[in-house]
Amino acid sequence: MTLDEVLRSLFPKGHTVKGQGACVVGAGQLPAGGEIAVVGIVDGQPLSPDDVLVLGQAVLDVVEAGGDTPILVLVDTQGQVMSRHAEMIGLNEYCAHLAKCLLLASREGHRTIGFEYGGAAAGAFLATALATDVLVAVEDAKPEVMDLPSMARVTKLPLEKLMELAKTTPVFSPGVDPLFKVGAVTTIWDAKQPLAEQLAAALADASSEDRRGALGKERGGRTVSADVVRRVIEAAGATG
Amino acid sequence: MTGTHASNQRSSSSSAESAGSKVLDQAGMSWFLATARHRVENLFEPGSFVEFLPPSERVVSPHLDTFGLPSAFDDGVIVGRARLDGTDVLVAAQEGQFMGGTFAEVSGAKLVGLLRAARDNAELPRAVLLLLDSGGVRLQEANAGELAVAEVMRAVTEARSAGVVVVAAVGGRAGAFGGAGLTAATCSAIVVSEQGRIGVTGPEVIETNKGVEEFDSKDKALVWSVVGGRNRRLLGGADIYAEDSFDGFRKAIGEALKRASPFSLKSLRAEQKRLAKRAKRFAACEQAVDMWKELRVPDPAAIRDMDDASFIALLEKHGETSHDAR
Repeated sequence: MTLDEVLRSLFPKGHTVKGQGACVVGAGQLPAGGEIAVVGIVDGQPLSPDDVLVLGQAVLDVVEAGGDTPILVLVDTQGQVMSRHAEMIGLNEYCAHLAKCLLLASREGHRTIGFEYGGAAAGAFLATALATDVLVAVEDAKPEVMDLPSMARVTKLPLEKLMELAKTTPVFSPGVDPLFKVGAVTTIWDAKQPLAEQLAAALADASSEDRRGALGKERGGRTVSADVVRRVIEAAGATG
Repeated sequence: MTGTHASNQRSSSSSAESAGSKVLDQAGMSWFLATARHRVENLFEPGSFVEFLPPSERVVSPHLDTFGLPSAFDDGVIVGRARLDGTDVLVAAQEGQFMGGTFAEVSGAKLVGLLRAARDNAELPRAVLLLLDSGGVRLQEANAGELAVAEVMRAVTEARSAGVVVVAAVGGRAGAFGGAGLTAATCSAIVVSEQGRIGVTGPEVIETNKGVEEFDSKDKALVWSVVGGRNRRLLGGADIYAEDSFDGFRKAIGEALKRASPFSLKSLRAEQKRLAKRAKRFAACEQAVDMWKELRVPDPAAIRDMDDASFIALLEKHGETSHDAR
């Protein structure tokens, strides 16, 4: 989906979302009344320190304004910027800052919805979509922690073998469905239906409690994580 | 994550070789060269370390076998509680020499469990130490690993909000890249040694994707100046500088534990300001040494060869700080 299509389908009653470099910032009218703040990294562009500052500022402004305005995070990025300069000034802190702004907003009562409609990868994925309460994606989105050819190079496994494994093993395969199975993506949206209604449903379902462990177990994509978490908590409690 | 881990899964052994084998007496022994198990057994008051889900429970990765890879009975992460100079702490240590210390389904879940235990149980120590040594996400478990990092980051902020101090310490052979670099920057305070490298995308991956003109990963001095602990500490990307020894880390972590920076609108506004200032101030700098000049370090080129004591003295005047701005 293109950004225009996304915005039209999300906000039939109108919006004030405007571009600012690789980012968008603004607000949309919810059909049931009220507004949702919108921030995003769009058009498949990389997330840079400057983008983080634009988006972080916008999120902190929503928190500062008070109330419980929800926040929609639009995500279509190739990943965080790959450059020596960005690393030199501490890109890890910039990426973490944006994630923290979103986590703070959630904590302060602003439901946060991540919408993955294009690409996403690596640190940029953590800084945006994965730092929200509810992550939704359309079927044809292309999120990946890493592409298979690069993965083959790093793991020194033949690409053919990885492609074969990817068909049956959601734990490492790129794409929306595997991320749904492990519990990262909460809901897959139908791009052919109005997104406004699907957004309303996501907002009704949003919670700041991290439920991704339970989802991954239910869906069979991450079967042991939730139990290991529980066992560590119990073992720690036994020493308390 | 975009091969971040890649660089570290590959480069850890070579950096270890370059450091030689200077294993000294216990107190002075190199943190860089130590294993995770050695760290948890020797950092704390003798006999105080208690492990949760120890190797005898054989909590292993259910996925490595699929790839024909051996598993470890702790999946490369040790979690437990201990006492550091009189302070009770919860602790997690990543083993950089097992799968590059990577975040995966089991290794990540152990970190998440530890942080949530601290968040929810006020009877437990109000401090968590993350002894990071990780190239990022384990690619064989990429989705589970990436998600584990996201869960860890959320749990860190939740624990901090509940009044827990979360300290990251970086000084191992795998450094803290990718998800580990982001995790470090989510903590209340960060300890780093000269050998501790922190970043997102590793130099080798940047070179592979953007060319050797962008980042020559074989240029050791260049890599050191970009991702190394001294640059991080000078810019305020780390809060406390540790000498590469058990004594050094014990002392630095002790200081970091006193920095219970709250997680709040105020602290993130301050961080926003701090990071905006940094991006602007160093926008035109080509090399790390240009940034150090900008920080008014008298002889920036000398940073490279000075000893730790001189560097620590220099930090007093020229190091940026991030107190309460994380």
